[in-house]
Amino acid sequence: MNVVETSGLAKRYRRTWALHDCNLAVPAGRIVALVGPNGAGKTTLLHCAVGLCTATNGSITVLGDLGAGSLEALERVAFVAQDAPLYRYLSVRSMVAVTRNLNSRFDQAQAEERLRGLEIPPDRKVGKLSGGQQAQLALTLALARGPDLLVLDEPLARLDPLARHDFMALVMAAVAASGFSVIFSSHVVSELERFADYLIVLANGRVQMVGDIDDLLTSHKVLSGPAEESDLVGEQFTVVQTRKAARHAELLVRTTGESQLPSGWESDDVSLEELVLAYLRDPSASMLPGPLAPDELEVSEAAR
Amino acid sequence: MRIDKEVCESEAPVPSMVFRLEPRSGVPTYLQLVHQVEHALRLGYLVHGDQLPRVKDVVASLSINPNTVLKAYRDLEQKGLTIGRPGQGTFIAASPETVGLEQLTSLRRSLASGWLKQAADAGLDEQGTIALFMAALRDFRDSPVESRPARRDGRQRRVGAA
Repeated sequence: MNVVETSGLAKRYRRTWALHDCNLAVPAGRIVALVGPNGAGKTTLLHCAVGLCTATNGSITVLGDLGAGSLEALERVAFVAQDAPLYRYLSVRSMVAVTRNLNSRFDQAQAEERLRGLEIPPDRKVGKLSGGQQAQLALTLALARGPDLLVLDEPLARLDPLARHDFMALVMAAVAASGFSVIFSSHVVSELERFADYLIVLANGRVQMVGDIDDLLTSHKVLSGPAEESDLVGEQFTVVQTRKAARHAELLVRTTGESQLPSGWESDDVSLEELVLAYLRDPSASMLPGPLAPDELEVSEAAR
Repeated sequence: MRIDKEVCESEAPVPSMVFRLEPRSGVPTYLQLVHQVEHALRLGYLVHGDQLPRVKDVVASLSINPNTVLKAYRDLEQKGLTIGRPGQGTFIAASPETVGLEQLTSLRRSLASGWLKQAADAGLDEQGTIALFMAALRDFRDSPVESRPARRDGRQRRVGAA
């Protein structure tokens, strides 16, 4: 099952295209990072997935074949928007009650237990909570809906390092307990490997790179050697990025297996941050997969 | 600290070991976990029958992807070091071929009072000592097999795996 599947998805706001021709098939049971610079279309894509906006062209389905934004989809998808919207003048207890009354599926006992564990006082006004606690409250409310897909828009952007750690720990522990899928957007690339196992890179409204993070890392290498041979070596691979000095050159390449490098050349593993930045720097480079092998899907589901 | 608090509040028995991550080390997260278990086994912090921390506890304390922890535990199981019991957790099934704690202590003491002291007396600093030790270890490993004691079969000795 794919938790999000899009085909030719495009979205236009007046004269600006926020998304063009997006084709994605995100397998279930993953923690997906959606990465890209500001204005790349991350929020638009997430909004389309949760039914907050409708596509101009193309289609998007969630959790198998449910139309994004359909009633069944709304029951099973939880979304926490960028600014963790909450009613500031309600107490935490009333905020929980409001959410319970607005949802057909809501586990109040679970929400209250989590808030106790987080030491968030139930009588405190929401607006008086710290930023980290507000984010945790919004997340707790989303989790209590028992979603099959949790969508988080820039969950970490406004949090300090400790609050980030605690927020993601809450997400990860809930995933470990219930095994739902997560998609979160971020423009911070450095810490993604810790949380995500699947990556979507968006740039200028297009999908630029998508895939299992381990696969992406093993299929790329950094080659370094004498500058005069760099063109020759580059011909053997798909070169994503070339950096050249007078005598020394470094190529970031996509490779399928072991290739013979001329002597004097070294091959190194690439870090996720390096890889993402290289793709973002060159809008013409793209790394899009063929159809997913069925056994690959089974493995990831069996891993739960 | 939060992490300590979680450990105390959870209903699980006191965890057998504590994991930590070095984000800048370049070693994949799952491998860091594997290495730490192996290290703990070697040093005797973990012994046969010990339960590894539960996946959800590791995930909550380190704030990492549950799949990463599962991958590390699968890897340890494939190496025959642990055994997963469905619904209960992952348990230590074997110890790496190691020397008992007592012998380990005496080896450590002889290293400190013998060779390390000589190196320090000769004026080697810490980095120099490490480099020299590593070089000697490499020489030892590359030396002809007859010149050093025979190794038992396989690297790991299984101790009554279920």
